[in-house]
Amino acid sequence: MSKKYDAGVKEYRDMYWTPDYVPLDTDLLACFKVTGQPGVPREEVAAAVAAESSTGTWSTVWSELLTDLEYYKGRAYRIEDVPGDNESFYAFVAYPIDLFEEGSVVNVLTSLVGNVFGFKALKHLRLEDIRFPIAYIKTCGGPPSGIQVERDKLNKYGRPLLGATIKPKLGLSAKNYGRAVYECLRGGLDLTKDDENVNSQPFMRWRDRFEFVGEAIQKAQQETGERKGHYLNVTASTPEEMYKRAEFAKEVGSPIIMHDFLTGGFTANTGLANWCRENGMLLHIHRAMHAVIDRHPKHGIHFRVLAKCLRLSGGDHLHTGTVVGKLEGDRASTLGFVDQLRESFVPEDRSRGVFFDQDWGSMPGVLAVASGGIHVWHMPALVTIFGDDSCLQFGGGTQGHPWGNAAGAAANRVAVEASVKARNEGREIEKEARDILGEAAQHSPELAIAMETWKEIKFEFETVDKLDA
Amino acid sequence: MSLQSTMGDYQTKQTLETFGFLPPLSQQEIYDQIAYIIAQGWTPAIEHVHPSKTMDDYWTMWKLPFFGEQELGNVAAELEACHRSYPDHHVRLTGYDNYTQSQGSAFVVFQGRG
Repeated sequence: MSKKYDAGVKEYRDMYWTPDYVPLDTDLLACFKVTGQPGVPREEVAAAVAAESSTGTWSTVWSELLTDLEYYKGRAYRIEDVPGDNESFYAFVAYPIDLFEEGSVVNVLTSLVGNVFGFKALKHLRLEDIRFPIAYIKTCGGPPSGIQVERDKLNKYGRPLLGATIKPKLGLSAKNYGRAVYECLRGGLDLTKDDENVNSQPFMRWRDRFEFVGEAIQKAQQETGERKGHYLNVTASTPEEMYKRAEFAKEVGSPIIMHDFLTGGFTANTGLANWCRENGMLLHIHRAMHAVIDRHPKHGIHFRVLAKCLRLSGGDHLHTGTVVGKLEGDRASTLGFVDQLRESFVPEDRSRGVFFDQDWGSMPGVLAVASGGIHVWHMPALVTIFGDDSCLQFGGGTQGHPWGNAAGAAANRVAVEASVKARNEGREIEKEARDILGEAAQHSPELAIAMETWKEIKFEFETVDKLDA
Repeated sequence: MSLQSTMGDYQTKQTLETFGFLPPLSQQEIYDQIAYIIAQGWTPAIEHVHPSKTMDDYWTMWKLPFFGEQELGNVAAELEACHRSYPDHHVRLTGYDNYTQSQGSAFVVFQGRG
């Protein structure tokens, strides 16, 4: 017998709180940190989140009865306390896979972090984690090349890649900018990077920059015998302009381009990743605007979710913070989402803020990029934290060297190789950092000067967004 | 003393990727790296090339990768043998990682005289 239409407002929990539900392997699972308005029961708030991020609306409507909402609805199936926090709780929601268009993180986010975040019954809401079912992952393109292909293309094995963002980040002419690139690359860096703010401003139009940087890359390659690249930032005001710049980057011989996935948006990012896959180009992803979304511990989206979405949308590199440098980042939490970028399976681990097992199947991995306020003294710690499948970027830490970019690059290169060599020998390189760098500096005056220059710099502030414990 | 007089002039070097910025490795240091490759479960392998062709993706393999090899001495002896046969070539040791289908390690042990 079919249901009768019963107009009016019902409690969300009647339909969307299902504590006995056992999630399906094909369900998309989400964990929200929920802070409700005082006096509203947890189950009702959790059910409201499930409803408002899936099939529900505030009032019953007759057309619901034309479909089978039991099949399509999201379900709040578990509630947990947040350790050390009486005000908030975790709500786990299961969504049927058919709620989402294949291969579209755009569609997933529009549902999961859409209207529900403005819902009045909530004081705060934070999306902590998503478990993407392998069935959904298989519909996404993912990284255009991935770590393994990038290593083969760039001929970099057994160590982290080294990079630098060209400084000053704004105001250089194209020719002077290319000079800065050339100096970094000839000194021993593998890659240099456009600053995210560099698009195509009056002081340096993109085409001029691409031409001079192209020459810088080729010249450095010829002179060092090593493969080099520069992330040419193709982030632009329209997709058409973005593709035009990408085509020209390929023409000037850069192996890699760059995009800002949050300010540019996931649609642009996924399209550009597809272009890169078809054109054999690597794609570096910057994350401007992330801290707006992920820094508040009770509201927004945790970066591990944004990182997972980027891996699905497509990118070969993603900035993850440095743990040790000038920007925010808790070590365990950072390692938690670094795993999500690089591994094929990541088990649930609350000590790293990982709420679900995540099976990535055969999706290629993304290199973790550590960039911002780091210098040679950090090198042993960075090698320990990030391992070989990373790109360590020293902007000021290269170009601020008293002898200039090339010497700064050489200092970093000696430091990373000495750290890797010592690690391979079984030494505890974080503890023995001073000895390892000191020994290496004996045959590298560039490193000795760098160690002298940056010996006093520390960045010791409390992390604002800590793991709940 | 003026800044200019203490400032070094960095001369561009032809380098050979990983460990290219370190001094040549001693016998013991080479042993340590071979031990690391074996301990990771990777397969040691040797390849060589004339210095005019270092940018090629493919260097010439010396025999086959040493599947299942656990003896450091055997790998070191093969490196020596390759170097004796091709004294003017660069000789590189790699560690094939069959899980990632990449090379977990790769560095030049002997530089050819050209």
